[in-house]
Amino acid sequence: MDLQPIWLSLKLAGVTTLLLLVIGLPLAWWLAKKQSVIRLMIEALLTMPLVLPPSVLGFYLLLAFSPQGGLGKWLHEVFNLQFVFSFTGLVLASVIYSIPFMVSPVKSAFQQLPPSLSQASYTLGKTPWQTFWRVLLPNIKPSLLTATVLTFAHTLGEFGVVLMIGGNIPGVTRVASIAVYNAVEQQDYASANNYALVLFAITFVLVAGVFVYNKYQVKSPLV
Amino acid sequence: MIRIHIEKRLKAYNGIQVLRIEKTVTPGSILRVTGPSGAGKTTLLKMIAGLIAPDAGTIAVGDAVWYESAMKINFSPQQRQPGFVFQDYALFPNMTVLQHLQYATQDAAWITRLLAIGQLQTFAHHKPAHLSGGQQQRLAILRALAIRPRLLLMDEPFSALDVKMKTRLIADLLLVIKELNATAIIVSHNQQELDGICNDELVLGGEE
Repeated sequence: MDLQPIWLSLKLAGVTTLLLLVIGLPLAWWLAKKQSVIRLMIEALLTMPLVLPPSVLGFYLLLAFSPQGGLGKWLHEVFNLQFVFSFTGLVLASVIYSIPFMVSPVKSAFQQLPPSLSQASYTLGKTPWQTFWRVLLPNIKPSLLTATVLTFAHTLGEFGVVLMIGGNIPGVTRVASIAVYNAVEQQDYASANNYALVLFAITFVLVAGVFVYNKYQVKSPLV
Repeated sequence: MIRIHIEKRLKAYNGIQVLRIEKTVTPGSILRVTGPSGAGKTTLLKMIAGLIAPDAGTIAVGDAVWYESAMKINFSPQQRQPGFVFQDYALFPNMTVLQHLQYATQDAAWITRLLAIGQLQTFAHHKPAHLSGGQQQRLAILRALAIRPRLLLMDEPFSALDVKMKTRLIADLLLVIKELNATAIIVSHNQQELDGICNDELVLGGEE
């Protein structure tokens, strides 16, 4: 079995999850604060990848980043960046596609913390940023872990968006889910089964691991 | 002098109520705030702390104006830094007793003394989930004292303590307040627990 698609999938999921931790956490925090129409609209927009067919998202990304015109042409000419049929493009598409999996659970967790936690921290003279790192983030750890693992697993399982914007280039954009499809097309069911089984096993272990961890968190009174 | 002259519209079960407060508090004194549920006692403490903005008025502590609606002055809670004891304690579930105090102050000797005052030395490495209600409440008080506040705002701070513990803690608290040269504003339902301790009282009733 050619392991490259598996590695590519893991790499894509890893990079996407890291980027979403950096982008998604402050975004979720901001969204969890007082509601306003702008926040609601942005939240609705961020939730769209959950309900839209991945092909719709992939289609628009393909149009936007096509080197033939507009944004894609400009990015190519000025920064020599090509998003279509490249790994960078896959990362960008995955970040957009998986953003609700990171932002939504983390936002809900922030909202469930009593407002008095931040207030207490502020009266001790701590800035909102110090409060975020030392008080808020550590107290949503289970949700944060769930969001991280779901984002990773969801990115591993991507198909439609990846196919639209990345195509099926071995070693560049042929991730495991595409490799399954490709093998079935070629009636190579043994390979398809191998890739499918590996994907199933990895995601099952990840999701089950989180469930077990959240259920049996250390309950010792000491530290 | 601490001058409080503020107005705030409150949502109540029977419509909007306007909370109007005009009070001058002498530095070093202990003011008891009382009144029926929903009269705005907690709101008053939070307005003084800068956690909620009044609709109009002035809050001045000594020469410093903390809030002035006309001039759009509104100091942040970080600038005011009052010692605040929340009614729900607002303890940080991720931190141990010791970490709570270390989060508030770097002064190790002061932390040791606070732990002794709250009789929490043996629980220093316990998180709030593993403390009793009374221990949690004592930790909330110690954390507020840790920043050596000049103004101490306490919302029902002794409600979960037994009589013996309460008497002892209040005696220690009075010493600390004197030492810090602090002023205390305490919301309390229980008249007796603060008998002979408070020098002033503010009764909130709420007007239509």
